[in-house]
Amino acid sequence: MLVTERERLRDDIKAWSQTFGTERNALIPILQEVQKKYSNISQYAMQVIADVLDIHPVEVYSVVSFYSFLNDKPKGKYVIRLCQTISCDMQGKDRVARQLENDLGITFGETTPDGKFSLEFANCLGMCDQGPAMLINDQVYTHVTPEKVHDILENIRRTFGVFALETKEGHH
Amino acid sequence: MSNTSAKDDKFSRAPVSQRPMVVPTQEGGIGGQVSVTIDSVDVKVPLGTTILDAARSIGIRIPTLCYHEDLCIAGVCRVCVVEVEGQRTLQAACAYPITAPTKVKTHTRKVRQARRHIIDLLLSNHYGECYTCSRNNNCELQSLAKEYGVDFFRFGHPTEPRFEIDDSSHSVIRDMNKCVLCRRCVRTCIDMQEVGVLEAVYRGADTRICTFQDKPLADVICINCGQCINRCPTGALRANDPTDDVWAAIDDPTKHVIIQTAPSPRAAIGECFGLEPGVPLTFEMNTALKLCGFDRVFDTNFTADLTIIEEGVELLLRLKKALVDKDPSISLPQFTSCSPGWVKYIEHFYPEYLPNLSSAKSPQQMFGAVIKTYYAQMHNIDPKDIVCVALMPCSAKKFECNRPEMTSSGFKDIDYGLTSRELAKMISEAGIDLPKLHKSPFDDPFGTATGSGVIFGATGGVMEAALRSVIEIVTGIRVEEIFEHADIIPVRGFEGVKYAELKIEKVGPVPDLLKGLFTDFNWLLGATLKVGICHGTANAKKVMEDIKAGGKFSQCHFIEFMACPGGCLGGGGQPIPTSPAIREARARAIYAEDSAYTVRKSHENPDIVKIYTEFFKEGPCSHLSHHLLHTHYTPRGKYIAE
Amino acid sequence: MKAKNASKLTFSTITPNAGLTAAADKSRSDIIGEISASKMKGRGGAGFPTGTKWNLAAAARGNQKYVVCNADEGEPGTFKDRVILLDHADLVFEGMTIAGKAIGSSIGIVYLRGEYTYLVPHLEAILARRREEKLLGKSIMGRNGFDFDIHLHMGSGAYVCGEETALIESLEGHRGEPRNRPPYPVDTGYMGEPTIVNNVETFAWAACIMSKGADWFKAIGTDKSTGLKLFSVSGDCAYPGVYEFPMGITVRKLLESVGAADAKAVQIGGASGHCIPAPEFDRTIAYEDIATGGSIIVFGQGRDMLQIARNFMEFFVEESCGQCTPCRDGNVKLLEGIEMLEMGECSMSYLRELESLGETMQLASKCGLGQSSPNAFLSIVKNFKEEIMGRLP
Repeated sequence: MLVTERERLRDDIKAWSQTFGTERNALIPILQEVQKKYSNISQYAMQVIADVLDIHPVEVYSVVSFYSFLNDKPKGKYVIRLCQTISCDMQGKDRVARQLENDLGITFGETTPDGKFSLEFANCLGMCDQGPAMLINDQVYTHVTPEKVHDILENIRRTFGVFALETKEGHH
Repeated sequence: MSNTSAKDDKFSRAPVSQRPMVVPTQEGGIGGQVSVTIDSVDVKVPLGTTILDAARSIGIRIPTLCYHEDLCIAGVCRVCVVEVEGQRTLQAACAYPITAPTKVKTHTRKVRQARRHIIDLLLSNHYGECYTCSRNNNCELQSLAKEYGVDFFRFGHPTEPRFEIDDSSHSVIRDMNKCVLCRRCVRTCIDMQEVGVLEAVYRGADTRICTFQDKPLADVICINCGQCINRCPTGALRANDPTDDVWAAIDDPTKHVIIQTAPSPRAAIGECFGLEPGVPLTFEMNTALKLCGFDRVFDTNFTADLTIIEEGVELLLRLKKALVDKDPSISLPQFTSCSPGWVKYIEHFYPEYLPNLSSAKSPQQMFGAVIKTYYAQMHNIDPKDIVCVALMPCSAKKFECNRPEMTSSGFKDIDYGLTSRELAKMISEAGIDLPKLHKSPFDDPFGTATGSGVIFGATGGVMEAALRSVIEIVTGIRVEEIFEHADIIPVRGFEGVKYAELKIEKVGPVPDLLKGLFTDFNWLLGATLKVGICHGTANAKKVMEDIKAGGKFSQCHFIEFMACPGGCLGGGGQPIPTSPAIREARARAIYAEDSAYTVRKSHENPDIVKIYTEFFKEGPCSHLSHHLLHTHYTPRGKYIAE
Repeated sequence: MKAKNASKLTFSTITPNAGLTAAADKSRSDIIGEISASKMKGRGGAGFPTGTKWNLAAAARGNQKYVVCNADEGEPGTFKDRVILLDHADLVFEGMTIAGKAIGSSIGIVYLRGEYTYLVPHLEAILARRREEKLLGKSIMGRNGFDFDIHLHMGSGAYVCGEETALIESLEGHRGEPRNRPPYPVDTGYMGEPTIVNNVETFAWAACIMSKGADWFKAIGTDKSTGLKLFSVSGDCAYPGVYEFPMGITVRKLLESVGAADAKAVQIGGASGHCIPAPEFDRTIAYEDIATGGSIIVFGQGRDMLQIARNFMEFFVEESCGQCTPCRDGNVKLLEGIEMLEMGECSMSYLRELESLGETMQLASKCGLGQSSPNAFLSIVKNFKEEIMGRLP
């Protein structure tokens, strides 16, 4: 990491600690901000956060590794999370999963070489009545079919750099 | 008793879930006694007592695994579950405070089935065979399996290791294949010692104990104190064991193998041979070492005395420069430097205070430097043929002897550091029944030691030894006239942080040894010497934060820091298990040995006087002594390289 | 009764802020008295009487009490809270404000699961509007000393944080690992202060009760399970969605209403609930019979029950916090058992051993997650032995 990048990260974390405080209960909100802006929480970020909150870096790592939505390794700009829980499973999530792999050329747990897409499974997204469901970043997609997968990905590819859709419920 | 911060709620960094329940005392308003029936035995206990403690008080044994007397409550292994009347589920006895009249059953069918299942589940993830394990016959999981009659691996048993063994550290080896996730090490490292190397990471079936980003132990901020080893119920954590190398040196006829023994192992090694804690085996151990084949057996107390002289004179020099010369570059208070765990702690966490750390090497390292120079010359042995082994209660000493700066003689000061446990193993391997041996003295020329050296093993001991000498050197009054029997009681005891003051009301003439350094001590007349003592790095942190904030410890002149709870007698190389009661018993043995010595003050040790006349002729803190007996430190910081 | 036409939920018929208006002039004990009189039990599924919980927190001594809304809706098959927060968030915030007054708290926190991040702008807008309308903030409705505000706290993807003490650990910046109990959150909760943690739906009903009275609520349902309840229905049925039924409804009646009369089995209570086979469809959904947080997953005639059990066990292997032995390791063993059954390699004696292990997990796990994680496995094994034993791979 370049020094300037590190400085930027450090300044950001300092600023967020102004907002959320320097007590332990500020940890997860700060991690969420780092994740949002930098798409992952680097080793350096964890150590700066530990320093600011006066806790140990390993404690920050412990928390990051516990939560599914926090990650220490870089991920794609768009993280696709396909629900794998029972209702979506019964509504055909396996075929959607297969098509996502085919269209992206990666398997679950991987990121495309261009760094645009990461593919993973998620547990129940609370869209069981409209499955199969998936999240792309914060955006929810429901009634996904193998055919629709292509359209959704194309739509995102076209508008790369901005969020594909307004952050409303996807099924409207 | 609580001599660590673990049960000290106000300062505890443990998550609330892992802290004991706070029940108001009688002074606080509520409190009082509550009755509990355990397996039809009625007993009254103070409100808030856990079921486990209540059961123990009436001699009912409830098995435990994640519970440890030194640590905060976790309640995670579930081995101690019991039936509590009115509760739908079984309750963890270690974590259940009794706040109302309660009926408990400790071995119903449900309880026995649950315990059996839990032990079976733990075994299903525990890779390794008992007979190849360093903890064979001293393993809590093994004991539980025996106790609960495990006759086959109901839920399977791993046949392949899942994790690579981390043997990067000179001190601590981590074998996560044997880990049962009791998290005692986590609570030791984060909460008790406040070092923060180990934590649980990931969740569910992927949960494991890990360093920051799974880095090798040698690359993180581990201070090598080994307290995690002492509290690990299995062989997942063990010391880096050099006994094979030591045997090889003994077997090599060209090598002159010397062992120095520190005071704490003697007070504890008997525990490895089935004796009660607190039975010292100093002179039996000398016999055993000779039988093992060591060429010379010396007493580390000799260089403990040397350390007192060097460190004490360094303190007087610092005081003179600060008080008389008004030199602003002098750092006070001076910190002791004999605990290598503490030294690495300050290098990581308070590197800006390294100038305060005494430059004197630890007694272990001083001994090595003296052996490979003075002793080698005296006996006309090529230092390259000398192998120096140090018997220590300590795992950090293994790291210390491998520090690159510890080679001022041109050779490694110390070649191998052995722990009490490892020596016990060597003695057993040699077929020796230690407690039954006759007694042998230490070898000369360093056979004479003082009681001051012995008490280095207990918290406050270095300070007491230093004070015994400094008081006499400065005032010319015998310590016995100030403190009965020269026992400086105010600096003794297991309180986490201690503070003491001593007014200097009279000064005496400068002793011959220091004539080159001081003309008189008049500048100390009327001064009040302020000292601090702490043990366990969590307490060290409290003292350091107080100093940073300009509190009373910043006004101290000299502070003793020990990384391990209780001091060296509670070191990471000492026999397992450990508990407050065991450490107290070891301390009693150490102070008893001290009072048995006729010479109890370092500066009165005739061998010390001799080494300054024969070898370090320019006296303490001179050029040669600086070269051989002093060292420097590395500011490491707490950031871990990517 | 379909959720998509949300106007049919009782929540839509409640006059906005009528409950809050009523509470504003009531004493704390009168509010708690009203909630207690309704005999409402927590809508998250555990079924602790809400009035009792509030009363304990009100009586506890503390410097800053907290009202926490558990919107970490993670139970498989549950989505009613999402619908409530989307269509009736005002009612939830109203209920939290009433709870604030009742227990003497000025701070409310909504712990919203990370998967629902897209609801944040919507919820923030409603909170802002309520502040403008003096329904939140200082001197609510002009009553001096009635101060209460609500902020959102996002979860980060961990099912176990739906367990109230894990939720509090998470709020405090730790891993979501459940605490030892006692002490209970009503005494020692968030930041060591008295805290109530209630489900989204519970707060909404609390507002309704303050508006329409305890007698109205109590008159619905059974003696031990009063009132109405929202159900999230999914799986093999004609009309999935959110439904409102009185407590005590039979499984059969519920299934008929959602177009699943010919179901093979139904999972009530999500992954941590029980699998009810057709012969038991006359049982009732109530705390005294089948308790649930509202998840109903219907399995049609063609479903492979072993595959369903597998999906649930995979869920728990991932979502266990990993702290206690029975849950961390036990779920793995149950999943391995399912794999053996799939291969037709599981002996009857080992299956019995696994059933007995399941019982141990129910009894000895540290929290509700571990205690309920073997339920699905046990009920499927019990009810569908013919289907799952002796398979050809």
